[in-house]
Amino acid sequence: MFASIGRRLAGLLATLLAASFVIFAAVYAAPGDPAVFLAGGRDKLTPERLAAVREQYHLDEPLVVQYGRWLWDCLHLDLGRSFQYGDQVSDLLSSRFPTTLALVGYATVLFVVLGVGAGVLAAVRRGSWVDSAVVGTTTLTASVPSFVGGIALVAFFGVRLGWFPVTGSGEGFAGTLHHLTLPALAMALGAVAVIARVTRQAMVEAGAADHVEVARAAGLPEHQIIRRHVLRNALGPVVTMCGLVTAGMLAGTVAIETVFGLSGIGSLLVGAVNSHDFPVAQAVLLLMVAGYILVTTLVDLVHPLLDPRLKAMRSSA
Amino acid sequence: MTAAITVDARLPVRRRPVLVIAGAAFLALVVLAAAFAPLLAPYAPDAVDLSASLVGTGGDHPLGTDASGQDLLSRVLYGARTSLIAPLALLAIAALLGVTLGTVAAWRGGWVDTLVSRVTDVMYAFPGLLFVVLIIAVFGAGITTSVLGLGLAFAPTIAKYTRSVALTERAKPYVDAYRVQGMGGVRICVRHLVPNLARSIVGYLVVLFGEALMSLATLSYLGFGSQPPSSDWGLMVQEGQAAIVQGALLPALVPGTAIAAVVVAFNVVGVWAADRLGARR
Repeated sequence: MFASIGRRLAGLLATLLAASFVIFAAVYAAPGDPAVFLAGGRDKLTPERLAAVREQYHLDEPLVVQYGRWLWDCLHLDLGRSFQYGDQVSDLLSSRFPTTLALVGYATVLFVVLGVGAGVLAAVRRGSWVDSAVVGTTTLTASVPSFVGGIALVAFFGVRLGWFPVTGSGEGFAGTLHHLTLPALAMALGAVAVIARVTRQAMVEAGAADHVEVARAAGLPEHQIIRRHVLRNALGPVVTMCGLVTAGMLAGTVAIETVFGLSGIGSLLVGAVNSHDFPVAQAVLLLMVAGYILVTTLVDLVHPLLDPRLKAMRSSA
Repeated sequence: MTAAITVDARLPVRRRPVLVIAGAAFLALVVLAAAFAPLLAPYAPDAVDLSASLVGTGGDHPLGTDASGQDLLSRVLYGARTSLIAPLALLAIAALLGVTLGTVAAWRGGWVDTLVSRVTDVMYAFPGLLFVVLIIAVFGAGITTSVLGLGLAFAPTIAKYTRSVALTERAKPYVDAYRVQGMGGVRICVRHLVPNLARSIVGYLVVLFGEALMSLATLSYLGFGSQPPSSDWGLMVQEGQAAIVQGALLPALVPGTAIAAVVVAFNVVGVWAADRLGARR
């Protein structure tokens, strides 16, 4: 048990190091002088800026040393200065991260409730029109890119009906909730499809087990069978999938925040790329990738807790 | 690093030929529209007419116009070209890379296999489009960079798939038979093993097309892909978005619907085709 957790954590560390190295070393793939590139291109170049970049990135040292110092700085939240905004990158991130986090959290609640609900419904009413409706709708929503879904939501619920604000992230809890409803819904749509299908399939598989048949023959009420025997056994893959989808959503905010004009880290990344503000882009990418790796590893570690059968299998193996 | 479980998240395939035929017919129509865009389009896609800004449907413009008075129908027809050819190019690059890597990994095994799977792991550590965003941050925006970047980002998935089917195929007796005859590994792979896997791999690629189109559209929407004056659908959505607040929904919704419709059709047809081609789930 502990050995496997240790292995998982070592893997986590290795992946984090490799991914951060890719993000760091990408500078050297850029055409031309890395210092000029990091300073935002030739047209905005000043000698002071160039000197600042050389100092921040230790460009005179060997690559491995540079990477080590950069990583060390990152761990101490010293991410350099944005050339676009003139602020410390870490300040930019910390002022924008709450919006992104709220958005991802809200979307997660939505897709878990809607996705698992729809999946259970489809599995319970398997073969009926409800099932077909769920399967049909999820095929449709899975095929719509989130930014198109977002635009459609803005057009109808924002502009036509005027129910929701079109941009901004709002003030206070109620305001935030109101402002983030459409973006969260747009992000959740694709995820609902994935979760509904996974839930449906896991439920159908769990429902085919012998003990369910036994429970049914013993005369247990159907809702109890579904809840205690089918859903409980189907939970492993469903929870894992929910975790993975949530982890991926950190990256999904890139498009959605742009659609809804939210100032989170997703739109920060888009702005940074479009204005050649590489230090900011690097920091956001690092944050998103690290978050993704951490959450997926966490999901991996939690999985056996949910499904004791896996724990038994692992310790006997 | 990613999916520790392999639940099949796709549709349970029931034979639904009606839907498949409808989807295929729609796609055929789109391909024809793209091919004959110059004949079908009532206007040039970049014909600016500021006096006809944000005109609604009907009249001279069947689907209305955008803010600079460009005819939306014409733009969508021309845009079908970029929006269909770019995902194809992307998949071709990804397939070339992925099939090569996957076959080599399966054939050689050992450290080569380990190396390939480590590299894939690192790429999987970048969720969604982030790997491509990194590439674009370094090399600058543009449709070529986007296609190349996405090709690279899609390659690991294809490599993984190819590796798994190639491992099974490699264990078949005919491979040993060729080997006993003194045929080299490269020759066996190129002449026999990969061609035998082609059906299954193509089946897998067909399912990826929708995702490829969506990814490219998203990049173009963010300003990372096609640049103006292209009529790329993703870019059109971005350009049309400003008009929504003014109450003109068509400039964003027409290209948006085009993207969604093509992806839906492709997914319906693709899953069916993948099944027919015997792609492993």
